[in-house]
Amino acid sequence: MTIVGSAVSRVDGPAKVTGTAVYAADFALADLAHAALVQATVPRGRIHTIHTAEAEAAPGVRAVLTHENTRPLPWAPRDPRPGVDPKAGERLHVLQTDEVFYNGQPVALVVAETYEQACHGALALQFEIERDEGSAVDPEAVEPEAPDDQQSSMGDLDAAMRDAVHSVDVTYTTPGHSSAPMEPHASIADWDGDRLTLRGSYQMLKFNRNELADSLGIDPSNVRILSPYVGGGFGSKLGIAPEAVAAALAARQLGRPVSVAMSRPQVFETTMRRSETRQRVRLAAGGDGRLTGIGHEALVSSLPGEAFSEPVTQATPFMYRGDNRTTGLRIARVNRTCAGSVRAPGEAVGVTAFENAMDEMAEKAGLDPVAFRKINIPAEDPSQHIPFSSHKLAEALDEGARAFGWDKRRAEPRSVRDGEWLVGMGMASAFRVNMVVEAEARVRLNPDGTAEVETDMTDIGTGSYAVLSQIACEMLGLPADRVTTRLGDTELPPGSGSGGSFGASSSGTAVFLACEEIRGRIAEALGCAEGDLTLKDGVAVAGNRATPLAEVLGGRCLEAEGHVEPGETSSAVRQATYGAYFAEVAVNAVTGETRVRRMLGAFAAGRILNRKTARSQFLGGMTWGIGMALTEALLHDPRHGQIVNHDLAEYHVAVNADVPQIDVLLLDERDDWSNPMQTKGLGELGVCGAAAAVTNALYNATGVRVRDYPATLDKVLAGGL
Amino acid sequence: MQPFAYRKVRDVAAAVDHGAREPNTVFLAGGTDLVQLLQDGIARPDGVVDIGDLPFASIASTIDGFRIGALARLSEVADHPQVRARLPAVAAALDETASPMVRNMATIGGNLLQRTRCLYFRDGVSPCEKRDPGTGCGARRGRDVQAALFGASEACVATDPSDLAVALVALDAEALVVGPSGERSIPIERLHRLPGETPWIETDLAPGEVISAVFVPRDAAGRAQAYTKLRHRASFEWPLVSACVSLAVVDGIIEDARVALGGVAHKPWRAEPAERLLIGRTLDAALAREAGEAATEGARPVAGNAAKIPLLARVVARALADAGGLP
Ligand SMILES: Cc1cc2nc3c(=O)[nH]c(=O)nc-3n(C[C@H](O)[C@H](O)[C@H](O)COP(=O)(O)OP(=O)(O)OC[C@H]3O[C@@H](n4cnc5c(N)ncnc54)[C@H](O)[C@@H]3O)c2cc1C
Ligand code: SF4
Repeated sequence: MTIVGSAVSRVDGPAKVTGTAVYAADFALADLAHAALVQATVPRGRIHTIHTAEAEAAPGVRAVLTHENTRPLPWAPRDPRPGVDPKAGERLHVLQTDEVFYNGQPVALVVAETYEQACHGALALQFEIERDEGSAVDPEAVEPEAPDDQQSSMGDLDAAMRDAVHSVDVTYTTPGHSSAPMEPHASIADWDGDRLTLRGSYQMLKFNRNELADSLGIDPSNVRILSPYVGGGFGSKLGIAPEAVAAALAARQLGRPVSVAMSRPQVFETTMRRSETRQRVRLAAGGDGRLTGIGHEALVSSLPGEAFSEPVTQATPFMYRGDNRTTGLRIARVNRTCAGSVRAPGEAVGVTAFENAMDEMAEKAGLDPVAFRKINIPAEDPSQHIPFSSHKLAEALDEGARAFGWDKRRAEPRSVRDGEWLVGMGMASAFRVNMVVEAEARVRLNPDGTAEVETDMTDIGTGSYAVLSQIACEMLGLPADRVTTRLGDTELPPGSGSGGSFGASSSGTAVFLACEEIRGRIAEALGCAEGDLTLKDGVAVAGNRATPLAEVLGGRCLEAEGHVEPGETSSAVRQATYGAYFAEVAVNAVTGETRVRRMLGAFAAGRILNRKTARSQFLGGMTWGIGMALTEALLHDPRHGQIVNHDLAEYHVAVNADVPQIDVLLLDERDDWSNPMQTKGLGELGVCGAAAAVTNALYNATGVRVRDYPATLDKVLAGGL
Repeated sequence: MQPFAYRKVRDVAAAVDHGAREPNTVFLAGGTDLVQLLQDGIARPDGVVDIGDLPFASIASTIDGFRIGALARLSEVADHPQVRARLPAVAAALDETASPMVRNMATIGGNLLQRTRCLYFRDGVSPCEKRDPGTGCGARRGRDVQAALFGASEACVATDPSDLAVALVALDAEALVVGPSGERSIPIERLHRLPGETPWIETDLAPGEVISAVFVPRDAAGRAQAYTKLRHRASFEWPLVSACVSLAVVDGIIEDARVALGGVAHKPWRAEPAERLLIGRTLDAALAREAGEAATEGARPVAGNAAKIPLLARVVARALADAGGLP
């Protein structure tokens, strides 16, 4: 393969940087009305009076929608909900009830001629909400649920801990996180009779269409969603958010298209958050440092009734060896913004805390952290006793360590000083489950030698346009400018959607299969086997005969659909991706400020489809890791449960100055089990433990373990710097 | 956003006139703070008077000091060679302010009068005595590390977020003001008030008074000075805590010391115990640390902001060490 794998630039890049790519809220529809969501200000309660007169009289306001005047919806949630869709509960039941479940919940919609008028009208709306004093906003203060299917145990961990030569029993906490995509959620709803077209910013259109149809009680075939460009999602756009349902209701009520765009605080408050976690990690090892026991138990939170809970221990069953294992998840039900998937749900925080504990154990056992991990790499999945589909953790550790200069690390904490800066190195392994999900795509080869790829797959900034085009170019032997990829439209064959790092593998395989079928038909026409066919620059070569494609097609199109579904292989082998992070940090001995000086990640994620977009995913993932390690935390008010730092001024994602030179090594790997392209997912692997490399380096620099993320300067100082 | 009347004025008299005669009127300079407050419905003026065209943008070094126009952009002032050479604490405070994009829009006067970053004030809905008098204070028992350690009242625990103001207080600068009753100057130290019972009254300015310039006495340039700021991320964040020190040192002895603290009070806070400790002594690392501890005297934590107290001691020690050229 020559096109697949190379560092091809995004085909959609020029449209994005010149502003011609149209995002959800930017569609200019005739007669478009604009609306603003109004939110509750109590964590739980009942709305008993809404004073709408002033808002209704405000300039430009056309309607004020509340539960009192909005069409009741049947609300028949699909059962079972798709696993990637966390929003099983009442959150989409917008404007249907006087009940408030969390602070910030949308309770009204003000529709006006302009966005500014809608916002002004929203300010004029007065509510009387009775607060239910039984609300719970602190996950540590309620008795959590412990669902049976979330607890698992093998061997006897307590005995292993008792008998261990070295043991670690530590608790780490991580705060809530917001996905904070660059493009705030927005929807424009437009009805034509019974048919609804929604221009939105969503990741998983085939599910989103069903969700919207279910919420409105209409047939999915009457719903079309368009999301040609999505300015980041990171999980917050896996499922539809309240603004989509509100826009649809308002557009129907007013008989004209309605746009609902969220403000930045509304993205924080009404979409979803990554749950905070409290994680107890227990490790037992023999004198040689080999693990005999592993315990990983976590407390997370979500809204009452929600199906999703942060799968903190998702990777724990297969990360390291050990015969005695316990994992568990408890869920505190709180009246806070719904918890949901934020980039790498589970591993982002779970692997992070676990890799901190591994660092603590390496020190106890007197082993280098890289060597300690290597001796604990299992030969097979230690929980299910099935083989790994491919597994290059050892290679990632070795190559990463070599490229980083890990051998220069001083094991003794606090032994390197640069002026008033204490300098240290740390590392962590990366783990993330690999998934392939059902996907379809259509490929059409035209008589003029162009081709089109079509699927409702989305590009959420990840590079789907680029890689799907590349696959078709490669398979059909066409130069890049002859292939057009159309995405983000539910009228197109249902792709995988973007989520769980499965997008490129799943939708890519569908495109691959469609192309394979086209190749088969060409081979048939030429009377050769598909394997003997070479397609290159619009010419089909079979044996020693070269035929222009136009001639083969004879004026007709060749069209094929590819369809992939996860098969037996998903349970016969353990499929996952691996990597290793290395970080060097400097900590100011006077002020406690921590600055990451350099960082490197080495990753093995199957065949790499595009080295450029793949690298970008890892750079982004590690940047998230830096934010998670040092600055990012959602803060909830202790009394009312609202998110108090609900914008980018106060929710501190890493800025340029926080992010140093980051190097990415992409290991050569083929996974024969995953799919015909031998790829695995990689959009999330960059954040699955990255923060631990930073905080392990912080410890190596200072001798201070901050077990309560993020490791802000006050905590570093309090640790006895 | 509440509808309001917008006017652009060409001369000072017109600005003053509008401001003095029409109640509930605000001035618009670079708009980086005011426009946000308008959009969020936190500022609800009836009139907005755009003063962007007034002749207040020049930066001049005169025989008795520096005159920095109120409409000079933060980036211009930070890059001004005289400012960099003679008032390094001012340059440092501006370098650490916001981002290059914001600094290119924001003005000196607007920076001094930007409103608090109190999360409960800014959310537009929580009880807030400053935004909506009579509703009480959401922050005092809430969760906001930004809350004040000094000079707060039961009514309000907000802090002033400006970096520049802290440096200007340490350098004993003044605001030059034009108003209905003519021109006057106000020491920056007295420009902002403590919240007391009336947190919505934030400054000493009377209706219609416009800041025309900031004046920094020439003496400031001769003083050892440094501005140090601590925050969570490396850039683009208001101060968690900050300190500016300016020392008049004669033959190795500190003859006068001004220590101003940022992020801890409703105005730049003079750390008088630290100043007293420094005067008459020779600066060394031990004294810097001692003064840092002294600067925390009287700190009263609320709303989960106690973590700032040890940071305060460190930031003062750091600023002193920088000012004194200590390693
Ligand atoms: C994302 C972001 C980050 C920031 N980070 C920091 C930071 O780290 N440190 C920091 O110090 N600041 C920071 N700021 C604040 C920024 O410095 C101020 O918003 C800016 O300086 C205000 O200046 P302006 O000209 O835009 O004022 P405007 O927004 O136009 O006005 C602000 C206020 O000042 C009044 N005003 C303006 N000029 C005059 C005058 N001449 N006379 C009388 N009244 C006047 C206005 O009426 C208004 O009340 C940040 C701002 C943003 C948006
Ligand atoms: S501290 Fe002041 S500004 Fe903040 S909520 Fe209380 S009264 Fe309002």
